[in-house]
Amino acid sequence: MSNIQGKSDAEDRYWKANLRWLVVILGAWFFVSFGCGILFRGWLDENFFRVGTAPFGFWMAQQGSIISFVLLLIAYAKIMNGLDAKFKVDEEESK
Amino acid sequence: MSQDIWNYIFIGASFAVYIGIAFKQRAGSTKEYYTAGGGVSPFANGMATAADWMSAATFISMAGTLASSGYDGSRFLMGWTGGFVLLTVLMVPFLRKFGKATVPDFIGDRYYSKAARLVAVICAIFICLTYIMGQMSGVGIVFSQLFGIGQPAGVIIGATIVFFYAGLGGMKGITYTQVAQYCVMAFAYTIPAIFIAIVLTGNVVPQLGLIGNFTADGGVTPFLEKLNTINTDLGFSKYTDGSLSKINIFCITAALMFGTAGLPHVIVRFFTVKDVKAVRKSACWTLSFIAVIYLTAPTIGAFSRVNLIGELHETSYKEAPAWFQDFEETGQMAWIDKNGDGKIQYFGPGKSESGKAGAVFEGKKPAFQEARGASGERLLTNDSAVESPNELWFGKDIMVMANPHMAGLPKWVIALLMAGCIAAALSTAAGLLLVLSTSISHDLMKKIVKPDLTDKEEVKWARVASLGALLVAVFFGINPPGAFVAKTVAFAFGLAASSFFPALLLGIFSKRMNKEGAIAGMATGILFTLSYIIYFSYLGGTEEQWLWDISPEGIGFVGMIANFVVAITVSRLTPAPPQEIRDLVNRVRHP
Repeated sequence: MSNIQGKSDAEDRYWKANLRWLVVILGAWFFVSFGCGILFRGWLDENFFRVGTAPFGFWMAQQGSIISFVLLLIAYAKIMNGLDAKFKVDEEESK
Repeated sequence: MSQDIWNYIFIGASFAVYIGIAFKQRAGSTKEYYTAGGGVSPFANGMATAADWMSAATFISMAGTLASSGYDGSRFLMGWTGGFVLLTVLMVPFLRKFGKATVPDFIGDRYYSKAARLVAVICAIFICLTYIMGQMSGVGIVFSQLFGIGQPAGVIIGATIVFFYAGLGGMKGITYTQVAQYCVMAFAYTIPAIFIAIVLTGNVVPQLGLIGNFTADGGVTPFLEKLNTINTDLGFSKYTDGSLSKINIFCITAALMFGTAGLPHVIVRFFTVKDVKAVRKSACWTLSFIAVIYLTAPTIGAFSRVNLIGELHETSYKEAPAWFQDFEETGQMAWIDKNGDGKIQYFGPGKSESGKAGAVFEGKKPAFQEARGASGERLLTNDSAVESPNELWFGKDIMVMANPHMAGLPKWVIALLMAGCIAAALSTAAGLLLVLSTSISHDLMKKIVKPDLTDKEEVKWARVASLGALLVAVFFGINPPGAFVAKTVAFAFGLAASSFFPALLLGIFSKRMNKEGAIAGMATGILFTLSYIIYFSYLGGTEEQWLWDISPEGIGFVGMIANFVVAITVSRLTPAPPQEIRDLVNRVRHP
């Protein structure tokens, strides 16, 4: 009985940790695309540094956001693999 | 060697490879047919998904849209890559854990209801059909260019080829063909960009050229500034400014992103790898491969804008480069000599009397007549638009195809590009066709209509269904609902965002969500979005009537919010789902 209790507790913590990281990743996702590329782009074009000769906001919309997305996914894969290892929820074990 | 011979060599060789692979890897069982038996490596799967993902719309239309609308084109760039982040973190690991072959399968089981499954099947069919139409008209453009025939005949040729290997090979055949197709596409897209970057900016890497200096005229001006000057001199808005309103760009980008995360044919791709670690890895590969092309597209758009204007503006028709007449022959470019000086003038809205329209003629498309004008150009039956001095019309979809011609690149580069375009359209169409046929054979026939269907009969149904779907796609490929390929495809995303995305998301992240809520939400979302699109594309709705200034491309985002609101409200007013469903959700959450 206590064993089952402990297992579902761990599962709960795993899920919570999972959700926390999701919020972080999606926050960054929103910031680089909708934030830099659309909402604040006019301001960034005027007041922020240039990338090469391109205005920052424009560059984020056409290049920077895409590069950030790739980096975000790599980070996500690393973090989640780490979480799986920490909570020992490898697929083999749960089968 | 002539251009035609090069084209036939490149396209013929690439086809031989595709068909060879499809034949060698053809599916034997239903499991292989649907998910390739689940044993594809993350790297190969990433490449195949990227090819599946990059449709004719991306390949042909996106750079053209970027060229003509500058910053506005960013909506496609961000929308079609950013959606992948959502897809990977919110959907795929969980749906995969659930372990069913199709998206309607998940919805049917999670919402314990045949009605929900049926609504999901209908949504899937709608989405895929809209999407595949865009692919077919893209294929038509390429083949009409290749053989110098009309677009309808081109569409029919393309459809025949797709049917052959998608129907035959199933998921297994398609996956390995798409790996080959990705390679063709990547080379076809980047090589011309590199050549042109060297000519215009002296940079080998096109992405550095975009943020570098324009050096072709011997001076050193920042490239984007040069482009802005070119645009404003001719009466266009600045390249880096764009003309869509902020809310519209926001909504379209959002619709594309959330639509990506709800697209059945992409989600299914991740069912073909073996465990959740491999899924994450595969997603990283996929987005990296996609990024190669998406980071190049803006450079192609910008470079071709400079070249187009440099080559054609103020050039007399008789001395215009040969490719101009070629495109005129196939009806993708047109010229009306309004001021009778025998020279081509290209102007934007800023030069017209009202300062708004920049149209060459009345109506959306040119209608050619037999007679020739004073300089030998094809005359139109359209009335010329008097208020604008602009004389040059071209379809946005031809930019990528015309690009190497404009830059005077070697013939084999052009042939490679043709092969790439065809690869892009075929790979996506094949993937879509597969989802369509499984939706009908598996979700509709086996799960709803006739549960005692054998494995063999199911595969047979799938093949019949793909033929039917293709015929519909051919019809709409010839009579497309949108003005150009990327726009038609954007509708498919709006539909996916407004129907599947909320149902899937709530299915995973809310244990309280029940069948009543999900069905009401999906129905609201897709009906609202679909009627908005139909009203403004077919029934003569005008821009002034747009809801909150949002165009039909972006309305999927509003439909999605409506879906969420309806689903959550209805689910709170109806009984909670049974315990076994809560257990199911719990199981799906842990890898």
